[in-house]
Amino acid sequence: MTETLLSVRDLKVSYKVGRGTLDAVDGASFDVPRGSIVGLVGESGCGKTTVARALTRVIADNATISGGQLLFEGRDLAAISEREMNAMRWRDIAFIPQSAMNSLDPVYTVEYQLNEVLRKRGGLGRAQARKRCEELFEMVGIETNRLGDFPHQFSGGMRQRVAIALALALNPKLVIADEPVTALDVIVQRQILDQLRELQQQLGISVILVTHDISVVAYICDRTVVMYAGRVAEQGTMEATLTQPSHPYTMGLRNAFPDLQGAASGMLTPINGAPPNLALPPPGCRFAPRCPFAIDKCTTVSPETLEVAAGHGAACHRADEASKLRKLATRTETWMTTEMAEA
Amino acid sequence: MAAERSDPLVSIRDAKLHYRVGGALSALRGLTNVVKAVDGVTFEIGRGESVGLLGESGCGKSSMGRLLLKLETATGGEIVFDGADIAGLKGQELRNYRARTQLIFQNPFDAVNPRYTIRAILAEPLENAGIAKAEHETKIAAALELVRLPQPEQYLDRYPHQLSGGQLQRVVMARALILQPDFVVADEPVSMLDVSVRAGVLNVFRDVRDRLGLTAIYISHDLALVRYVCERTIVMYLGKVMEDGPTEDIVHEPLHPYSKALVAAVPVPHPDQSHDPLPIGRGAPDPRNPPSGCVFRDRCPKAFDRCASETPLLREVGSRKVACHLF
Repeated sequence: MTETLLSVRDLKVSYKVGRGTLDAVDGASFDVPRGSIVGLVGESGCGKTTVARALTRVIADNATISGGQLLFEGRDLAAISEREMNAMRWRDIAFIPQSAMNSLDPVYTVEYQLNEVLRKRGGLGRAQARKRCEELFEMVGIETNRLGDFPHQFSGGMRQRVAIALALALNPKLVIADEPVTALDVIVQRQILDQLRELQQQLGISVILVTHDISVVAYICDRTVVMYAGRVAEQGTMEATLTQPSHPYTMGLRNAFPDLQGAASGMLTPINGAPPNLALPPPGCRFAPRCPFAIDKCTTVSPETLEVAAGHGAACHRADEASKLRKLATRTETWMTTEMAEA
Repeated sequence: MAAERSDPLVSIRDAKLHYRVGGALSALRGLTNVVKAVDGVTFEIGRGESVGLLGESGCGKSSMGRLLLKLETATGGEIVFDGADIAGLKGQELRNYRARTQLIFQNPFDAVNPRYTIRAILAEPLENAGIAKAEHETKIAAALELVRLPQPEQYLDRYPHQLSGGQLQRVVMARALILQPDFVVADEPVSMLDVSVRAGVLNVFRDVRDRLGLTAIYISHDLALVRYVCERTIVMYLGKVMEDGPTEDIVHEPLHPYSKALVAAVPVPHPDQSHDPLPIGRGAPDPRNPPSGCVFRDRCPKAFDRCASETPLLREVGSRKVACHLF
């Protein structure tokens, strides 16, 4: 369980914008243990999708991996040639893009699209590919007589299952799923997550699940990596990060989330303000302008990750006071202080 | 406050919205040409009440909202708003109705003209309602204040893309409220927003509703959100009402088997939670060809013979109404 499949070290991804550059990811480090599901959580623009894409090196034309290492089974994906990288896509690392249900080509049957991967990438013969298609459909719970259907003939949930089947086609070791359930209804969402978990355990693969939703993390992930403004704010086991959040941002996220198990009268507390403009990030901690616990040091010195427990770290100058801050963070008044920050 | 009178603001009786779809070909393949988006829905909304319409995509919750706003005309039944049937509204009466009822859209970036400034977006309803130009500035400022966007001069000359999602959704809300409507339909108003700003928008919604004594419909597939803003919830499935009652009762003890599945499916942010399979069959039926009897029966773990032969009626069970033969 503790063997590491992927180790991201100080990853930096920069976009060229106008005359300058923008670091969408600025020094992210985390590990993916073999056979685990790691949740990469954060809001729009925090860099989670950029990290996910950098892992397959399928990034925008104006983006470059400008620093760091992506050690996959010890091999640095950032340093190998495009040809070597291409050989690893689908076979070692598969990617399920955001709104995967719309990423299927509408003019081809799903079998055709599966075959593209199986025959061109995997080198399977016609009969083998057919057999594998049936196997994959059975794995994701779709009747095999629907292989010849076009994407529009499937519901959203079923298209998502097709996208999962596609990702699993060549038995990858790592599957990266970008917001796999975001556009789905709660019931379908739950069924897809159950399916993903079951397949992950059955096949012993690792999954990086990119999401903005901490309840998805709570339901299915083993580890959590919380990102904010291009950096990792906190990481640890799913239990530790959710029950003992040690970065004020994680605490705030937790408060802002409606909880059906909680009391009815419970107020939701927003985190006031908005994430910083990454073209001009604030000096020091990037969460400081929205943080109710910010001290002088936070606005000048960028925090290093402090280990609060074994395998649980938070990039916060006050991480050693986390238990005290957690108590304060549950009060709505605490978060009122930054009320005007948005204006 | 508008909540003084005891007669309901909206009364819906056996409302139907049937769409004709497909043509001769689908008829030949044995499919009926009618989709019953809303099929015999009956409920009342009290003055100042907030009701959540809960269900999955295709259950008819948004169609129901559109019927209430008369963006669609019912193909059956009647909808009475403040004592008058809305079916026959025309001309000035319809314009008056439009001013009294408003919709808050799901995606704020789709709901506004990107080439309009915030000032122009907010002035448009005022112009439509024939309000004198001189009053615009104060009304716009008041509406922005209401949705907690103080210091309006900061926003008025900006364009939608210059605002964050949370700010723009507040502008959309301000636009809906600027004519002081009695009734608001909010269709998944926070589903496009990040979690950290969602809470702020929901708080504004609650606050404004209470301050203005608004009557509201909140449409969502997530009971946790509905619970946050509505004291009463109506669960819909394939165009029909399955359960209708106090939100807290439905959260703690859902009666209808479909409500049970919906409650169990709501994601919670805790490590310790049930991973049991949901008590519901996979795959929603084809809306053109719904099951006989109870529309939920082919996914219902408790279905029995009677469910196939007889459509359950909405019956009173304690504090709520349930359409299920088990009750």
